[in-house]
Amino acid sequence: MEFGPHLMLASLEGAVISAILVLTAMGLSIVFGVMRVVNVAHGEFFMLGAVLAWYITTLLGGHPALGFGVALIVAPLLVGCLAAFADRVILKRINYDPDRTIVATIGMLYIIQQTTLMTFGPEARPVEAPFNHRLSLPWFEFGENGFAMTWPWGLSTTSYKLFVIGAAVVVLIALWVFLTRTKIGLIMRATQQDSETAQAFGVPVGQVYSWVFGLGAGLAALGAVLVVPIQQAHYLMGHDPLLLAFIVVIIGGLGSLPGTVIAALLIGMSDGIISVFFSPTLAKIIATFLVAMVLVFRPQGLLGKTAP
Amino acid sequence: MLEVKDIHVAYGPVKALYGVSLKAHPSEILCLLGRNGAGKTTIMKSIMGLLPVSEGSVSLEGENLSVLPAHLVPRRGIGYIPQGRRLFSELTVDENIEIGLMTRKQGADTREWVLDIFPRLRDRLTQQAGTLSGGEQQMLATARALCVRPKVLLLDEPTEGLQPSMIEQIRQVIVKMKEEGIAIILVEQRVDAVLSIADRVTFIENGKDVETTTAAALREDPRKLSKYLGV
Repeated sequence: MEFGPHLMLASLEGAVISAILVLTAMGLSIVFGVMRVVNVAHGEFFMLGAVLAWYITTLLGGHPALGFGVALIVAPLLVGCLAAFADRVILKRINYDPDRTIVATIGMLYIIQQTTLMTFGPEARPVEAPFNHRLSLPWFEFGENGFAMTWPWGLSTTSYKLFVIGAAVVVLIALWVFLTRTKIGLIMRATQQDSETAQAFGVPVGQVYSWVFGLGAGLAALGAVLVVPIQQAHYLMGHDPLLLAFIVVIIGGLGSLPGTVIAALLIGMSDGIISVFFSPTLAKIIATFLVAMVLVFRPQGLLGKTAP
Repeated sequence: MLEVKDIHVAYGPVKALYGVSLKAHPSEILCLLGRNGAGKTTIMKSIMGLLPVSEGSVSLEGENLSVLPAHLVPRRGIGYIPQGRRLFSELTVDENIEIGLMTRKQGADTREWVLDIFPRLRDRLTQQAGTLSGGEQQMLATARALCVRPKVLLLDEPTEGLQPSMIEQIRQVIVKMKEEGIAIILVEQRVDAVLSIADRVTFIENGKDVETTTAAALREDPRKLSKYLGV
């Protein structure tokens, strides 16, 4: 394949990675923004989403689209409820103390991971995509006969990958509408700005925290359900998303949602393109290097604000 | 109406209040005076339930507020204007007002009532609260508290850092709210401002209330001011 079509293929892979990443990182960013909790267990909520998707599709049987459709709704809900429960029984008890929440979420990470190992097992298990048509993509070039459309061999994607990208965009828009146009969203933003004053105006901050922690984990789980037909469910699959989500959130600016979206696009696309042309390891090295550079030259992140 | 009875309050291990008692009555302005660090702001926060009261009680119309979760205290009808205004600075003026309205599920009529008191805010509804001028921010903080339709209004240094014309405007609103039957507790550093609008004055010293007197008596005999405040 020539360079142009190859780059287009790599960009598509990058867009799929970005789509998953933006959902996962958004969850992490919202939780940090509102609760000031660094959720180290975020990757495990991602993994739980994928594992639950496998259980649900296997349990239901029938057409793959049926099981997948149910999993897309039920898995994030279950994971969200579990996270809200964990917030109630663990994080609330330690008063959201910044140091202790890190240790506590590390504990949650191992509890979730090892419980999954004991029940789900060490195998990687596939979930069938609800639809998976191979789509050939055209390429345009100036050849001997002038401008022509060609169909290079190997330049193709699947309908499912396009669906993942579209679904992520829809979820992002829905999330934006939820945060800016609904009362619950307004309450969350007020709590993010000043939780004490919010409480002085009747906001039940404890409940808001549980909702936010559940929402954050649910977003990660949703990303995982979307990726599991491409990637397979495995009990250790939460590591990479956690690392990448942290990278994205640090580059974008902790707590800044627009920054998170931009950074997710940047990291996802570069990860996809560099992985295709060079190696996935180099992609991770460059992403981590970027974080180091951001921390040195712009510690608040691209769109983050410095403390007043 | 609002009664604070012998409360003891601590910030973690550091005790700040050692038995404070106050009473606020409808249509009356009670002013708290005291040196910096005497515990005036701590009293306000304790009434709002934002700090745990270890001994004593805060009650409104007979109901004990100090046992309620903090978010239910404002829903009983207490409006709070914190020191330094504490607006939700990245939210718009409209959204700040909306948060106030949600406290006790007030509707459009309360919103209109508040915007009629502060017409300047009406022109700024879509502006971010943090970009308002100092005076406008104080108006918004006051408007947000009035959206609660409070029975008791707590004001913590509302005139801090404002220009004289703005101070006068805030003063007029306080007097108007008093006439509407609201009980007002005011923390204020400027003695002249206090004496001109307060009905009663309670002096706070080292986390205790040391004396309560009428403002009229203080106007005639200001020696207590120098005794407790050193002015």
